[in-house]
Amino acid sequence: MALSGIQIYKMLPQTNCKECGFPTCLAFAMKLAAKQVELSACPYVSDESKKQLAESAAPPIRLVTLKASSEIKAGNEVVMFRHEKTFYNKPGLFIRVKASDPDLAKKVATADAYKVNYVGMDFTIDGFAVEADGELAAAIKTIRTVSKRPLILMTKDTTLLDSALSLLAGESALIYAAESSDYEPLADLAKKHKAALAVKADSLDTLADLTQKIQAKGLEDMVLDLGGKNMSEWLARSTQVRKLAIKSNLRALGYPVIAFPCDAKDEGIAAAQAIAKYAGFVVLSEFKPELLYPLLVLRENIYTDPQKPIQVQPGIYEINSPKPDSAVLVTTNFSITYFSVANEVEGSGLPAWLVVTDAEGMSVLTAWAAGKFDAERIAKSIKSFDVASKVSRKRIVLPGHVAVLSGELEEELPDWEIRVGPREAVDLPAFMKQALN
Amino acid sequence: MPIEIPKDKWTGSIRAVTIGATSAEGGTRAKSITVGGQTSMPYLHYEAPMPNKPVIAIEIKSRKPDDWSPLLADAWGEAMADPAQWAKKAEEAGADLIVVALTLADSPEDAVRVIKSVLSGTGLPLIVWGPGQAEKDNELLVPISEATKGEKIVLGICEDKNYRTIVATAMANGHLVQARTPMDVNLSKQLNILISDMGMSKDRILMDPTTGALGYGIEYGYSVMERLRLAALQGDAMTQLPMIVTPGFEAWKTKESKVGEGVPEGWGDWKARAINWETLTAIALVESGADVVVLRHPESVKRVKSAIEELVAV
Ligand code: B12
Ligand code: SF4
Repeated sequence: MALSGIQIYKMLPQTNCKECGFPTCLAFAMKLAAKQVELSACPYVSDESKKQLAESAAPPIRLVTLKASSEIKAGNEVVMFRHEKTFYNKPGLFIRVKASDPDLAKKVATADAYKVNYVGMDFTIDGFAVEADGELAAAIKTIRTVSKRPLILMTKDTTLLDSALSLLAGESALIYAAESSDYEPLADLAKKHKAALAVKADSLDTLADLTQKIQAKGLEDMVLDLGGKNMSEWLARSTQVRKLAIKSNLRALGYPVIAFPCDAKDEGIAAAQAIAKYAGFVVLSEFKPELLYPLLVLRENIYTDPQKPIQVQPGIYEINSPKPDSAVLVTTNFSITYFSVANEVEGSGLPAWLVVTDAEGMSVLTAWAAGKFDAERIAKSIKSFDVASKVSRKRIVLPGHVAVLSGELEEELPDWEIRVGPREAVDLPAFMKQALN
Repeated sequence: MPIEIPKDKWTGSIRAVTIGATSAEGGTRAKSITVGGQTSMPYLHYEAPMPNKPVIAIEIKSRKPDDWSPLLADAWGEAMADPAQWAKKAEEAGADLIVVALTLADSPEDAVRVIKSVLSGTGLPLIVWGPGQAEKDNELLVPISEATKGEKIVLGICEDKNYRTIVATAMANGHLVQARTPMDVNLSKQLNILISDMGMSKDRILMDPTTGALGYGIEYGYSVMERLRLAALQGDAMTQLPMIVTPGFEAWKTKESKVGEGVPEGWGDWKARAINWETLTAIALVESGADVVVLRHPESVKRVKSAIEELVAV
């Protein structure tokens, strides 16, 4: 639990010697509470206070990083609901494979190469969960010829794990999973290879006992498997763990959670729940782009800071090398809006000038309703980006949703022809071909 | 290590709202549907039991739509040309309620005829939406309201610019209303106040916070719903209404659902992706507190229904 400035002050020497650069210990304590200075700036703090302060500064949910050539982080979350602040670390999406699968290399290569673009961002999967139903080390070698992403190793067999993990030196893998009956050798192995360890139990009580015992052995990076017989039980446990960690400051459950929608009745639905409700790692049964893409988009949506819409820079964008007589299209600087239009036009191969107005990152209708996308603002953009100097044909196409603006815009820009385009961007290419000649 | 599970103790609760009336209740429905009544955040059964589960409405149109995805046309086939048939198929597909969306092409006589035929084609309670233009909405909804007195239909969609006529006719004829505001907690409260100030009982209002599709603004709707539900549980009377959302309408507008060809390879199989788009949009909203979920594709209905069963299981 974060300490207040006063609580921190009580742990300082209270001599006001000023060596930290602040006039009083209290002033320094306030800065510490706001996390604007480092404790090390005071040379006189006792070891006891140092320990207490370090503990209080630790995040309520431990940050666990799985790492290979790329890395994926989970934990460090501070709120129950995204509107309270934001959710920070997007849950990693892992594809489950079997070590014995004769097509292993091909399957991993295909999933590894997957890349899909959503509003200008490239999304990929985060790693693989390898079920050790055969020679694990051999499978790891095969996987490492085609993918360098982080791995989850699914077995309790310490001999298999030891040889597999030896191949992954310098990486942080996740071992799945230790239970009360068998945690000791697995914890030792995780320590030896600097791996994280997933822990599993039937109740939160047992789970908390287990993490404490493992922590006592000196292993810090753990991930919780909450089990649960159906969606409601999993949701209850996941909510309880999150609340216990961030509200009750229960360190024993302050770890990220791993979910296995691959075992659920409806994988897509279970994965969506896991993403929305606090999972740190999500294991999917196989590589299916028709499910992966919506899940990646959902993850992006849930983890986007609700206070800041994603925006693009206002300006004039050239699509498919436009010429002076190419079409001039007008839109707003909300990322989703810009990319809906830009991707559509780009895909059609038709050249166009895309004028992106500063609408404070709002969609066409939202901006229009908020008064941020009106004739005056559009005219201002056309003038300030000096569109007239680039084109020979003074004609602007408005989004169909704001057809009502055309009259006013004609008044603002008397020497321009104003055209109303279709409502949805999907219909733009056809409109450009048929109506813009 | 015995762990004490932290429980929120809320002072507020959501009103229970009943849609549709059986013959004993003054209507003709085979059964009525009650939503709401919660006293905790969604599906946290360890805090409080959930008195009524969320329900699914299937959206049909008064005349065959020409701008719906071919995937939807495949799913419903010939029935799309006959609202009564369509409603019947929707009932077979697992709907708890039917939404009939009217169009600008309907005359008041057409509209009344369609609603009557749907009422005889299905025993489910109805929600009726005007075409979305204030004058036309009023022109169609008033005669429907009068012709179906006592059926406890939900009439919509009331917005801040157009709610008076719809609310007045709903009150006069024993119906309910759907109150829509654009993703804003305060606007929701305000519209609910305006509607109840007219004398409408709060047990007859469904609140529609507006939603966006996956990838197209769902994050705003998701958070507004969570905030509305939290406000209600904290005791704010003007947010203590069940929520209705329209993921079917939103998801089937997107390119991801509409278009099968010339799209990125990474989008995968068209049909599966389109249904996932609708289903996952719906699930996110179910998780954030939706009470009535309006869908379009029968496969999504099946999946969301089965998820709700799992979520309400204790
Ligand atoms: C998400 C959302 C919000 C978010 C903002 C998101 C953002 N950054 O813009 C929030 C919650 C903040 C919000 C706020 C408001 N909103 Co709002 N919001 C929406 C919602 C749900 C989705 C908008 C969206 O993201 N669409 C996706 C983008 C990609 O669409 P788009 O920009 O229109 O682009 C498409 C087309 O226009 C076309 N296109 C784009 N550019 C071009 C260019 C050319 C040349 C062509 C041909 C086509 C084209 O292509 C795109 C894809 O097809 C809509 C309802 C809905 N479901 O659509 C309401 C909606 C837009 N909001 C509305 C309103 C009224 C508001 C508020 C004014 C409410 C209020 N009073 O507070 C505020 C305004 C903001 C403020 N005051 O600060 C209304 C507008 C009503 C109207 N017709 O006037 C809507 C329609 C909801 C409704 N039915 O009432 N909103
Ligand atoms: S250096 Fe330490 S003791 Fe000196 S004023 Fe700063 S906080 Fe106080």
